[in-house]
Parts: sequence; C-alpha cells; structure tokens
Amino acid sequence: MTLTERLREKISQAFYNHGLFCASYPIPIILFTGLCILACCYPLLKLPLPGTGPVEFTTPVKDYSPPPVASDHKPEEPNEQPEWYVGAPVAYIQQIFVKSSVSPWHKNLLAVDVFRSPLSRAFQLVEEIRNHVLRDSSGTRSLEEVCLQVTDLLPGLRKLRNLLPEHGCLLLSPGNFWQNDREHFHADPDIIGTIHQHEPKTLQTSATLKDLLFGVPGKYSGVSLYTRKRLVSYTITLVFQHYDARFLGSLRARLMLLHPSPNCSLRAESLVHVHFKEEIGIAELIPLVTTYIILFAYIYFSTRKIDMVKSKWGLALAAVVTVLSSLLMSVGLCTLFGLTPTLNGGEIFPYLVVVIGLENVLVLTKSVVSTPVDLEVKLRIAQGLSNESWSIMKNMATELGIILIGYFTLVPAIQEFCLFAVVGLVSDFFLQMLFFTTVLSIDIRRMELADLNKRLPPEACLPPAKPAGRPARFERQLAVRPSTPHTITLQPSSFRNLRLPKRLRVVYFLARTRLAQRLIMAGTVVWIGILVYTDPAGLRTYLTAQVTEQSPLGEGALASMPVPSGVLPASHPDPAFSIFPPGASKLPENQTLPGELPEPGAPAEGIHDSPAPEVTWGTEDEELWRKLSFRHWPTLFSYYNITLAKRYISLLPVIPVTLRLNPREALEGRHPQDGRSAWPPPRPGQGGLWEAGPKGPGTAQAHRDITLYKVAALGLASGIVLVLLLLCLYRVLCPRNYGQPGSGPGRRRRGELPCDDYGYAPPETEIVPLVLRGHLMDIECLASDGMLLVSCCLAGHVCVWDAQTGDCLTRIPHLGQRQDSGVGSVLEAQESWERLSDGGKGGPEEPGDSPPLRHRPRGPPPTSLFGDQPDLTCLIDTNFSAQPQLLEPAQPEPRYRAGCRRAQASPGYDFSHLVQRLYQEEGMAPVHTPALRPPSPGPTLPQAPEDEGGFPPEKGSPSLAWAPSADGSIWSLELQGSLIVVGRSSGRLEVGRGDVCAGGLWALLARRCSQPLGLQVWDAIEGTLRCSSEEVSSGITALVFLDKRIVAARLNGSLDFFSLETHTALSPLQFRGAPGRGSSPTSPMYSSSDAVACHLTHTVPCAHQKPITALKAAAGRLVTGSQDHTLRVYRLEDSCCLFTLQGHSGAITTVYIDQTMVLASGGQDGAICLWDVLTGSRVSHMFAHRGDVTSLTCTTSCVISSGLDDLISIWDRSTGIRLYSIQQDLGCGASLGVISDNLLVTGGQGCVSFWDLNYGDLLQTVYLGKNSEAQPARQILVLDNAAIVCNFGSELSLVYVPSVLEKLD
Amino acid sequence: MPRLDDHPWSGPCAKGAKHRSHLRASARGLEAKVGEMITSSVSGPSPLVAHSARDADPAHGPGSAAVGGHGSSGHITSWHHHLVQRSLVLFSVGVVLALVLNLLQVQRNVTLFPEEVIATIFSSAWWVPPCCGTAAAVVGLLYPCIDSRLGEPHKFKREWASVMRCVAVFVGINHASAKLDFANNVQLSLTLAALSLGLWWTFDRSRSGLGLGITIAFLATVITQLLVYNGVYQYTSPDFLYIRSWLPCIFFSGGVTVGNIGRQLAMGVPEKPHSD
Repeated sequence: MTLTERLREKISQAFYNHGLFCASYPIPIILFTGLCILACCYPLLKLPLPGTGPVEFTTPVKDYSPPPVASDHKPEEPNEQPEWYVGAPVAYIQQIFVKSSVSPWHKNLLAVDVFRSPLSRAFQLVEEIRNHVLRDSSGTRSLEEVCLQVTDLLPGLRKLRNLLPEHGCLLLSPGNFWQNDREHFHADPDIIGTIHQHEPKTLQTSATLKDLLFGVPGKYSGVSLYTRKRLVSYTITLVFQHYDARFLGSLRARLMLLHPSPNCSLRAESLVHVHFKEEIGIAELIPLVTTYIILFAYIYFSTRKIDMVKSKWGLALAAVVTVLSSLLMSVGLCTLFGLTPTLNGGEIFPYLVVVIGLENVLVLTKSVVSTPVDLEVKLRIAQGLSNESWSIMKNMATELGIILIGYFTLVPAIQEFCLFAVVGLVSDFFLQMLFFTTVLSIDIRRMELADLNKRLPPEACLPPAKPAGRPARFERQLAVRPSTPHTITLQPSSFRNLRLPKRLRVVYFLARTRLAQRLIMAGTVVWIGILVYTDPAGLRTYLTAQVTEQSPLGEGALASMPVPSGVLPASHPDPAFSIFPPGASKLPENQTLPGELPEPGAPAEGIHDSPAPEVTWGTEDEELWRKLSFRHWPTLFSYYNITLAKRYISLLPVIPVTLRLNPREALEGRHPQDGRSAWPPPRPGQGGLWEAGPKGPGTAQAHRDITLYKVAALGLASGIVLVLLLLCLYRVLCPRNYGQPGSGPGRRRRGELPCDDYGYAPPETEIVPLVLRGHLMDIECLASDGMLLVSCCLAGHVCVWDAQTGDCLTRIPHLGQRQDSGVGSVLEAQESWERLSDGGKGGPEEPGDSPPLRHRPRGPPPTSLFGDQPDLTCLIDTNFSAQPQLLEPAQPEPRYRAGCRRAQASPGYDFSHLVQRLYQEEGMAPVHTPALRPPSPGPTLPQAPEDEGGFPPEKGSPSLAWAPSADGSIWSLELQGSLIVVGRSSGRLEVGRGDVCAGGLWALLARRCSQPLGLQVWDAIEGTLRCSSEEVSSGITALVFLDKRIVAARLNGSLDFFSLETHTALSPLQFRGAPGRGSSPTSPMYSSSDAVACHLTHTVPCAHQKPITALKAAAGRLVTGSQDHTLRVYRLEDSCCLFTLQGHSGAITTVYIDQTMVLASGGQDGAICLWDVLTGSRVSHMFAHRGDVTSLTCTTSCVISSGLDDLISIWDRSTGIRLYSIQQDLGCGASLGVISDNLLVTGGQGCVSFWDLNYGDLLQTVYLGKNSEAQPARQILVLDNAAIVCNFGSELSLVYVPSVLEKLD
Repeated sequence: MPRLDDHPWSGPCAKGAKHRSHLRASARGLEAKVGEMITSSVSGPSPLVAHSARDADPAHGPGSAAVGGHGSSGHITSWHHHLVQRSLVLFSVGVVLALVLNLLQVQRNVTLFPEEVIATIFSSAWWVPPCCGTAAAVVGLLYPCIDSRLGEPHKFKREWASVMRCVAVFVGINHASAKLDFANNVQLSLTLAALSLGLWWTFDRSRSGLGLGITIAFLATVITQLLVYNGVYQYTSPDFLYIRSWLPCIFFSGGVTVGNIGRQLAMGVPEKPHSD
C-alpha cells in the first residue's frame, strides 16, 4: 500500500465520519456555522462602505500649508493623515456666505421685496471682492493672481455660457444669473423665473445651476415668494488656485468690516479637505456589468446541474450562500488580521467567485445523490462524501498551489487577490463541509419523508402473487422517484379538467401573488408620497405652522410678545416662526437669544409692524456646504473639464456677511412691475386686526380642511374608478359562468368535484365522442390502421368498425354466436372442424371466451406431441383469397401441430388451410404441399371474385360474421390494410401464460401479450378467414404485422417470421377501397388472383431463454424483449440477430422503436433504457416507476412512460431528465397515446384528458358518456386522423380531437 | 493609479480622440487576423465534414433536435443550419468581447457625458469588432473541427458552467493587464503568460487546444506586428518590437476561450452525463 493509497484511505475515512456527523446533527451544525460566518464577518462592519461619496479630512487653518507631495512623504510618520492627503489640492474654495434680510419689515412691502434688494447687493459684493487688492511689503496682490483661472466651458454646455464665468477667475454668485450686470437685474421683472429657468424638469441628484450659483441648497436660499423667514442667504463662491493666507485674511477682514455680523459665532478655524473617489462612469460600468453577467451565467449553469434532490432551488441557494459567505468570511478574516483591502471589491468579486467556484458543491451533491437510495440518509451522506473526498482534496490542493504561485508574482494587487482567494477557498471548504453538507442531508431527508407520505401505489392492480424480489426493488426506487421536478398529481378521478386558459392562468397568478393588491398599495404609497412632496394643498407648510404653533417655544414667544399696534398680519399666525429659524430650538449653542430681538437700528423706519427676521449665525452655517449634493463640486469642476476623481479640494472657512436692508432700500430696489398683481403681497389679510388672529388660523384651517376633503374625495374617486376598471377587466377576462357546475344533467356531479384549487369547474366539452357498442363483454384488444378499427372482446368477438364513421362493418363472433353469421353452413363446418381439432388435442376445449378459462390447465404440454408427428415437414397456411386476411392461429389437429413443431426446428413453409368449408373439403391437402414452395392456391381456391370482398359500410350492421376457430380467447390483434392478424390463446400453455400474466390481466393487455397458438389472418371487411397458420404448441406472446411480414414471438422464446404473399400483390389501399363496392361478402369464395399465402420464412428457435414479452418492429429492425432481462435486435429481412441488449434488471415489459431508430425499453424493474439501435449501446437509463413500466412511447423530444404505479412520466429524451409526471386514475395507468409531438392523451375514469406535452398542462378533459363513469379507459389508440379510440368496458369511444389540434396550432 | 501609457488604436480613425481614448489593443484585433490565416489554412468544407462525423456518432442517440436528427435526408441542411447558427453566436460573442475588452482598456478619465461614452466605445477603428467577431467565429468553429479531425473528441469539462468560468477568467486576465500596476513589463508579461497557461490547464488540457492556441497567438502577434509596422495603428509604449509584450498571452487565452465556447456549441444541447 503506497503512501498515496493510505492517505487516500485516511481522507476517505475522515470524510465518511464527518458525513455521518453532519447528517446526525444538522441543526446544531448549521447554527454553529452561521455563528462562525457572523463572527468572521464582524470585522467587515469597520470597513467603509464602498461608494463614491467624498471623504473629508480636517486640518486647522492656523499654520496650514499644503501637504507635501507623495515623494517626500515620510512613511514612518504616524500621522492620521489619509493617504490621499498629499500634494496640493485641486483648488481652494472660499465661500462668502451672505445672509440678508429687510428689517424692519414693513407692511407695505411685497413678497418680492424679501429677496430683490438682498440679491442686488450681490453685485456690490462681487465688485468689492474683485477689486480687493492686498498690499503689503511684498507688493500688491490681486484676486486675479491667486484665483483659479478657468478657460472654456465644455463644448456641450453652450447654453450655460452666459451664466458661468469663462476665461478668468472662477467666481460664482447669484449675480451670474444676470451676467453680473446690475442693470440686467434691475430690468428683470421676474427674478424667480430667471433663477429657475435652468432647473431641470426631472428629478436629479447632481447639482443644479441654481445650487451652483447660490452655493447653498435651494431650500435654504430663501428666494421664494412663500418663504416665511424673509431671510435670504446665498454665497459667493471663490475658487483659488493657491493658498495665500495673507490675501485670504485681508479679504476676510475687509468683508467682515464692511458687513459686520454682530452675533456671529463662527470660529473659522478649520480647513476641510474633501477627497473624491474615482467616478464610475458608464464606460467603467460596462466591463463590470459584463463580468457580473458572466458570473450570473456561471452560477446559473452550475446550479442548474443540481438534480435529483427535493428542492433544487433550496440547494442552489445554499450553494450560492456558501460561496458568498466564504468570500465575506475571507474579507472579514483578512481585515481582522490587519490587511486593509485596497482593491475595488466590486471589481474583483466576480473573479473571486469564479476562482472559488461552485464545483465542489455540485460534485458533492451529485455524489450523495448517486449513492444507493435505500441506504439510510446518514450513510448516504457519509458515503457520498467519502466517495468524492479524494478528488475534492486533490482539487483543493491544486487550487491552493496555483494561487500560492500567484502570490509569488510580487505584484501587490495580485498578492492581495491571492490572499483573498486562499482564505476564501479555505473558508469555502469549511462551509461546504459543514454548511452545505448539512443542508444536503436535510434535503435528502425531506425527500424521503415526502416519499413516505406519498400515497401508496395502487396495489390493487398488481397481481396478488408478486415476485418476492419486487418489494425490495420498490424500496430502492422509493427515494429516486420524488426527485422529479414536479409531479402533476391528480388525486381522485376526474380531478383533471381543462387546462386553464391562459387568461385565467394570468388572473390566477395575479390572485395568488396578490400582485394587484401590492401594486395598488405601492401605487398608493407613491401617490401619497408625490402628494406630500409636491404639496399641492400647502399641507406641509400648514403642518409646520401647526407644529410650531404648538411648540412651547412658540407659545412662549407668543406670550412674551407685546401685542403691538394690533396689526399683526392675519395670515401670519405665528410671529415667532419668522423670528427663529427652525434650527434655533435644536441648537442650544446658538448664541442668539430671543431677548435680543430688538436689533440695533431697527426702529429707524417708524412703524415696524412685524418683528424683523433676525440674522443669526450658528455652527450649522459653517457647514452648510455639506448639505449640498456631494456631486456639487465635481459638477462645477467638470464643467471646465477638471476632474476631481481621486483628488481633493480644500474648503476654506466661510466668511460670514450680514446684510441688513431697511425697507426704504427695499422699496427703491423694486421693479416697476413688482407692485402689480403678479406679485401678490404675502399678507392677503393685511389690515386685519390682531383680534382676527384667532380667527385667522381657524379660517385657514377650514380652508385647508376643504382641500383635505378635496384630496380625500379625489382619492376615493380614483379608487372607485380603479375598482370599476378591475371589475371590467375581470368581466372581460373571465366568462360569466365560473364556478357554476356544468348545467347538463348528464354532467353528473361535476360541480361537486374539486376541479382545481380555484374552484373552477370545467365547461361543457364541445367534443362529442362516438360510442361504439356491440361487444358483450369487455374489450381486450384494439387495433387500427387509420381506416378500420378492429376490436375484440373477452367473448372472442371481433368487430370491425369504420374508423371514420363508427359504423360496424363486420362482426366476427365467436363460436357461440354463429347465428350472427350469414353463412351458417360454413360456420357449422368450421365449428365441426374445430371441435374435431379440439378433440384431437385430447381434451375438448371450451371456447376460450372467458378469462378464467385461460388459467385452467389444459391438456398435456405440447412437448408430449413431439414424437408422433407425421411426415409433414412444415406447417402451411395460407393461400387464400383476394383480400387481406387474417392469419389466425387456430388450434390445429395434433398431427399438424406436430408438423409444425418440426417445422420450427428446420425452417420451412407451412401451408395450412384452415378455412371453412374449403378447408374441410380439401382436407389436408395443403399439408402435403412441399416446403419452400409458395402455395398455389389456384386450383384449390377457384372462386371468390375480389369484388365480393367489399362490405358496404353503409349497411351499418354486420351482415356477416365468420366464426373463427375458437380455442382460446383472442389475445392480440393486428390490423394492416384490411388484414387482421389475430392471436389466440391456447389451451395448452396455461402454466407459461400464468407467468406472463403476472402483471395482471389488464397489464398484460397493455403489453399486448397474447398467447395464441397459431396465427389467423382475416379479411377485415368480409370477415372471412383468409389464412391461418397452425403453429407449434408454444404460445405466441406477441405479434408484429409490418408490411407483409408477420412476426410471432412465442412463449418459449422463439421467433417465427412469416411473410404474406398475395399473388396479385394487392396493396392495402386497394383493400381499403373495397368497402365501397357493396357486393355481398357472404360466400366464402376465393379467387386465385388474390390468394394470400403465409410462409414461414425463418424461425429463430432460441431467441430468448424465457418468454418473449414485447415485440416491436420498425425501420427494418425487430426488437424483442423477454423475461430474461434482455432485448434483442433483429434485422427484419433475414432475421439476423444484430445485438443483444443488456441493462435491465428485470423482465422486459415494453419496447418502443420507431422509424428514427430510437429504441426504448421498459422493464419490471421500473427502469427505462434508451438504446442506440445502430451500435447497440445504451444511451441512458432512468429509474422511472415503482413497479413495472407498462407502456412506453416516444416523441421527437420526450419519452413517455407509464407504470404500474399509475404514473405517466415524461422524460427529456436527450438528457434523460424527468420533466414531469402525471398521476393517473387507478387502473388507467397504461392508457396513453401521443397524438402529435406535443399532444398527449391519457385515459381516466370515464374520460380522456389531453395534455400539452411541452409544459405538462392539461388542455382538456372529455367525458365519454354518462355510464362510463366507473369504467376506466383501459386502452387508448390514436388513429391517424386525429381521432382516438379508447375502450371503456364493452364500449369503444371514438373521439375526434380537431379542436384540440387547432388550439395547438 | 494605473498607467495610461498605451495608445494602441490611434489609427487614422482615432486621431480625433485625443487623450481620452487610451485604449490598448486587446484580444480582439488579434483574433481577427487569426481568422484570416485560419481560413486560408482550412478549406471551406472541412467543418462540414467534421460535423457529419460528429453527428454520425451514435452515442448521441436520441439526441435532441439541436444535435441533429438521425434522419439521413435532413442531415446536410441541418448541419448548415447549425453551422450558421454557431457562427453567428460566435461572431456576436467576439464582437461583444471586443467591445467590452476595448472599453476595459480605456482608462478612466472618462467624463460622464453620454456622448463621450459612446465615443469611447467606438473610439477604436470601426473594423476592429467585426474582425474580432469573424476571428472568434473561425476559431470557435476550428476547434471542434480539429478535435474531430484528430479523432479525439474533447471530453474535459464539457459543460456551460465551465465555459462561463473560462470566459470569466479570460476577462479577468484582460482586466489584470489593463489595470494592474507592475514593476516592469517583463513581470507583467510573465504573469499573464502564467495565467494564460493556467487557463488552458484548467479548462482545456488538450494537446490540440494548446497547439492551436499557440499557433493562434503566434500568427496573431505576427499579424499585429505587421500592421503596426505598416502604420495602421501603433502602441504608445511598445516594448516588444512594435507591440506590447503581453499581447501574445492575451491572444493565446482568447483563442482557448473562444475554442471552448465553440466546442460547447458544437456539442449542441448539453447532455447530462449519466452516472451508471
């Protein structure tokens, strides 16, 4: 044992133990893992959130000098300077913050006076600033020398050309709106219009032009007609290129001197540096988005492979969670140990995920899922883990190695990436082992539980004596089955109804998800939000006023106010409000006291009728720029093509400027138009007395109440409209009769059937089935070639129907009903012959028209007859008549049978004339026909003009029937052209048949098993027996009639190939035309011209060891399936065995092959195998059913199987993945048919259902007659002309489904 | 701060785009050229032959429609159909990759104005994306073709998830080449070469893949050299004759990636491996 092997064993053992552990204590482990994740992610809280927001750094103004450039930066200096704080900033920004008010306020002043004259002062200020010159010892220095000189605006900004400075100092003030020209300002009648002219209409986050020029957020500027503060603030923004402390100091001193701010508390001692992150533009985003798209595609394709589990979504989520939290853990751990991530997390994240990958998770899932399902969950997990342990460890080691190599590239970025990746890998491994494995174990346990809870399969339809091995097998498939993506389970019978129409499904979807409610709710919220935001009714101001009124400060202020001359504006219910800015109460450090109200020089103008707004300066003013959009400065600079990305600017402390204007100045500054009605004074109730004060708010309130009512009424109205609209929609979308039970009395308790979750009852079907009655007992076999339909019942009657009209063309009764026959004598003769033959068999045989009969042991086994054979070398059959015929295995006389036996050993041609009188007359003549010689029926079969073969379907009633030799019930039928091949059961092979019947009678039927002893060929129209072949004693278990070949598979595992020859080479089409000819078919005459001969061309004596149970032919190939668990593929022409296919672990029950050489087989082991006929290799293998697979068919894209568990499963043909399953009614499991590539029809209790194959949607259910309720549809046959035939007991229903087909088109 | 030293496609068209179009030549141009010589070396009908061989492979059995029916008559047309389909897919993949990677190389002094962005996306010569698309189509078809020629169908990690991973790694390599700061070009080139080989080892591991990738890288580099030599465009700081030394690595990994996609496409609908 090498080291590797030992290591491998150790690892495997460790994983096994670990798996056991995980599966044993899932919940504690998951909790523990969650805690671990949280603990590891905790350091992440300290990380700054990624974003593009600016970062600030504050330095004192005193002794400030620009930081040194990076090169001379000493790393050993343990300062707190951020990394970006190196080199000179892009610019220094000096804001001169102007607060201005007109005081005292005069009653004659208009609203526009609040800001017109204060704004006009801006021009003067700008002048002062521009002309400021510092003169000192070093000479003179003007603004031009230190300010930031800008050049052109960007070409895209031509419309701003007049508003923003170009070619000069970057100096912004509100005056820029008027090109810094006072005359423009004075000539402007509509200041607000001018200011808002450039406001964007849409919502926008970046700075607007107004913000840029005012330098304060819009709502602080006070330039509004409805402001209550009457305080205008704006800034003049100066941008300096260099920091010149002395120049700035002199500017500050001068401005402060000119416009003193008495109660200014600004300290102006710190310099704020703002660093802007790099901006992510669209160009940057596109590659990023691409990598994320690739990442999601990767995750999608990976998690899609999770299969065979209870909840694919859950596991996929767990996988993603595993990877993501391992990444988070890795970052968290790295941070914990002192590494600060420098990489852009968003950028490297997809690559990390891809490097770490989801592979292990998938491998684990697959491995666990593929362990034997009958094991205990713990063991499954443990085994799955240990199976993959070696490869997981190897991969892990490889990846770690690769990443470690990457670590030695010595590129910092790569090293960091590798570090993250390594830690991520390890934590991912940790999570896989603890978290994902545990989740997987829970999932698998759920799966098994769900399976246990599932309804047991209908055991009733299983034969009581089940092979002992079967229960174990069921156990095994137990856990596999529920892995289906979804199973359409239709519990009790007619649960299935219409597939809901699309519109309905939309409506139901809406109802389920409560989408409409949520939308309406969201809409309402948005609507209310918009209402509040836009404030159409002035609610906000009203509310603010109310709040302030009730605030203690307001009360106090009000109380302390001396009631002046009684001319308080009525519309101004809160004088205190205008005195104190809202911030005042919040900021105790505000040094302005209310008591200082009477400002100096206030009473200059005599009647000051309202308290003038006091200009106060608080700390919040110092930082007002913070309230600007964070894109304010980048926007400003970007206009001049200066990027601030990854650079910083320094904001100098603001210079406060207080402007007090007296009313006279305000009046002087008025524009002539200001006095007109366009500018209504802010006090509509001017002149009202103070006594009106209490009333004022009241009326205002009433007024606003009305608006409230208006809003409410509007909301109500729109709600009603919405409801009406929805109602209309509902009406339009849904027919009226929802939920009402079907009205027809025949529709029985349709209403009480829970049709679907929504209480939807199916409407009347427009499909009216054609009920074909005529059989006395249950119908066993059905066959059709599109034009004709042949059925056979337990009583042995064979009826031929016109598949188009449903007329009964011929009835071939059993022996007992020969009175039906138009040719009694013939029947008599036949019967007598049959009796004779029966007698010859050594035991008179009852007409095998009842099932019990089959099980009755009869006679000695055929082998006993071997010895006494006559000289016949072959058994011949054949040569008859004009039309297609039916080759029926009749019970032959012993010696014929003996001959047949021999013939089986050495292939030869057997001609046996079993027909009626002719047969009788000619006796054994054919027996002597030499082998290998085609029959020459000429002499023996003289008459029978072909015309007589036609039976007029118009007659509608069987005028002729021919009693077939009845020594057993008919077990299989084949129809082609109008030749019917009937297989009959034989009395002699009971024992063997018992085995075959193990699946129960109906299952057998579904498999088309039959055990005729011989073949009979009948003419479907005439009901005449054309030829029959007496065969060896071993029963025929399956028949294939293809072109002119008949292949019979026998119970003893041998195969016989017959060929039918007609001398006139009639084609089936001609036979089809026969019914129209209308001649009487009664006379059993044969024309030499169209005699049919049936030759035994080949015999394969030992095709299988055990009885052949399935036989199909197509595309020149013949496939047999046997109880010996194998399939064989033969070439049809020469019966050469091409392949033996092994792969099933049970007897083959059904086989499908079609022209495209697709071969599928199903067995008693519940498995379905797909084979490649060309190579004989198995393409896929699926565990499909609990119990036998009872039937199997394929379309171009799917495989459809049904099993004894009454499930119909639809599989994807190429991948072998189960798409969905349909739960069938009890006993209807095998009834299914494929109408087109996407239309499936299944049978139920008294109904058939149509399904859309692609989606598994129920399209329609057709109820077939009232009395068919209790009858399950046992068999469904799809005819060429979009019709289906199904049998309900003794009735056949012929359903045309054009409507469904139209829908599909 | 990453260096913005490359002005690759400053060809005739890109003259106007001054400093903002700092883009480097990435995988696209090369693949384009590769395409040309590949077409010359491979005769037209050969892919078809390759596909017939593949489709005849019976193991695909009841394949879905995408794999091609087994009906003998419909074969030729469906091959053509699939060939065209695959070419189209590969072409669009190439174009998208070219645009995206181009953008990746464009450095970040891009302002936020949409016109600018549009201008940057198409700042390289107009013929680059189509050339890349064509080259991708040719390479993507060539890989499965060569596989079947050599008779060793590529079985390693045949699934879309792996292909997506491969594409992601390829984009990552480009990302690294565009944004990482390296001490010198040799280090950059060596790192990228190691990454490219790692890509091949992780996602391909076939000799034909390696050979084809190297051939593609060589030919594409030669073609690029010729183009640069003739002045169609130029690099800002060539360090490997006239181009950048990491270019062959990008070409190589691009070839492997596109080949991976092509092989996966040639497989048709992914077949689920059965765990028998």
